[in-house]
Amino acid sequence: MPVPRARGVSLALLLLAAILFPLLVDNPYLVSVVVTAYVIAIAVYGLDVMLGYTGQLSLAQGGFFGIGGYTAGILMASYEVSFWIALPAAVAMTAALGYVIGLAALRTRGDYFAIFTLAVGVMIVIIIERWENVTGGTDGLIGIPPPSSIGPLHFDSLNAQYYLVLFFLVLTIYVVWSLVNSLVGRTFVAVRNSEELARAVGIDAGKTHQLSFVISAALAGLGGALYAVFLGYIGPAMGGVQMTFMMLVYLMIGGVASLAGPLLGTLLVTSLMQFLQGFAQYQMMALGPILVIVIIFFPQGLAGLAKRLPALWKR
Amino acid sequence: MTLFFQQFVNGIALGSVYSLVALGLTLVYGVLKVPNFAHGALYMAGAYVSYVMLTSFGASYVVAMAVSVAVLAVLGGSMEWLVFRKLEGKTPVHSMIAALGLLFFMEGTADVIWGPTFRQVPTPFDGVVTLLGVNITEQRILVIVAAVVTMVGLYLLLKRTLVGMSIEAMAQDREGALLVGIDIRRVAMLTFAISGALAAVAGSLIAPLLLVFPNMGELIILKAFVIVILGGMGSVPGAILGGYLLALAETMAGTYVSFAFSELIAFGMLVLVLVIRPTGLFQKGV
Repeated sequence: MPVPRARGVSLALLLLAAILFPLLVDNPYLVSVVVTAYVIAIAVYGLDVMLGYTGQLSLAQGGFFGIGGYTAGILMASYEVSFWIALPAAVAMTAALGYVIGLAALRTRGDYFAIFTLAVGVMIVIIIERWENVTGGTDGLIGIPPPSSIGPLHFDSLNAQYYLVLFFLVLTIYVVWSLVNSLVGRTFVAVRNSEELARAVGIDAGKTHQLSFVISAALAGLGGALYAVFLGYIGPAMGGVQMTFMMLVYLMIGGVASLAGPLLGTLLVTSLMQFLQGFAQYQMMALGPILVIVIIFFPQGLAGLAKRLPALWKR
Repeated sequence: MTLFFQQFVNGIALGSVYSLVALGLTLVYGVLKVPNFAHGALYMAGAYVSYVMLTSFGASYVVAMAVSVAVLAVLGGSMEWLVFRKLEGKTPVHSMIAALGLLFFMEGTADVIWGPTFRQVPTPFDGVVTLLGVNITEQRILVIVAAVVTMVGLYLLLKRTLVGMSIEAMAQDREGALLVGIDIRRVAMLTFAISGALAAVAGSLIAPLLLVFPNMGELIILKAFVIVILGGMGSVPGAILGGYLLALAETMAGTYVSFAFSELIAFGMLVLVLVIRPTGLFQKGV
């Protein structure tokens, strides 16, 4: 699908802004806040593939994020495997687990599916916490090295890691964009809007859900692996249910089923939380009602609001 | 054998609480099709209200529990009124996300008021009764008896009163209930209030046996979902039976296999049920 020119220009400007950001800001703290947001946004895109386009709420997303992080972290810290092998390995691992778990989970839909995947998410954390000799248990895993250099490219500095993560974020957005505009993406939406109708026109709804779930898990794995490498240490909390809930908050505030939504929501909420750290205690107390208000009054989130704004203006 | 009986009694006490929590969940699901994740937070709030009544106001245990039931009934009812009523006609996923928001809010509020510390709740029933070589704390006996009384009360309410019958009618057929003149909004709110009251009973009963903390409802709500799926979403007998079954399985596995294994049982059961028989083991119907 061709991109309209005006949209192409604004996208190029956004990308330019993202590239210039660490050079202009020159504040390591701010840059690392944004890197963390990018990394989590990758997993939020995965959540959106499943919730926004296929219409199923997967509450195992944090768990897959954790599995991606632990796969990369264990390979790199304990077995000294190169990042460039550990990263695809983490993605392959989450995709494969997504496939297997999907076989059972996708026998259900809607609320049952959400409960089932939530239980899967809890099980993943319990396993990470108990499998101490591999995962380090509740202490977590430390000493995950930065990515090794490829030729003249080194990834020791913060800015280099920023560009590395930005590259994968842009890749993710590109993949999701081509996906939703492809025939496959349309089958996702068809299945979301009415499974019976989709079946009637010859779509294999089971396979469609399965594919969407695998892609969703793989993106969580990619984000998780980058998260582990960027931080250098990981703990069971990264795979926790709380992580899933936060991802859901980012997605709902940013806007489901929109290309900008996941990034917008994640960037906005994570940076706000950083600036309001003094009120960290009140974070959950505030985010809860915000989530409720968003779901009741703005189910399309900020991205949906932006789309509706011109129409409201004309009235 | 003594160990077995000891663990059996402990399992029944735990099962009483599981069943009460699952009952509130299944009732709301049956009537409104809302998978209420915030139900675990209601259970937590119920325990805290009792805790405050017992420690700050020096109330007696029975009074503390009565206040907790009243507060949580109001809280449950207002949840329906302020949030879930607005989501009528949307998908269950919408209600579910709203419920997660409520869960955040309530846990966050508890954390702000009481902090993340674990609190011990005093009980006047701290004696131990020895029966056939089995030691049972009075609180456990109270849990078992009070749970049975509550369940019988709920049964009578549903089967013998007009209010209960309108709840059942709405669970069976929403439009039909509307046609015969039932005020379905009032029934919806009432169902949430009953569900909150049940959570308060469960939270207040278990509080002296376990510790009270802001996230105490998270694991039990997941287990309650497992129970409710096991017993069939919306089924009252299913929730009661499932609660005792899961608690006994967990206690026995914890005694004879390992603690870690007992933690995973609920989820193992969930996987099995969904793979073998996704509609639950019992027929649906309140």
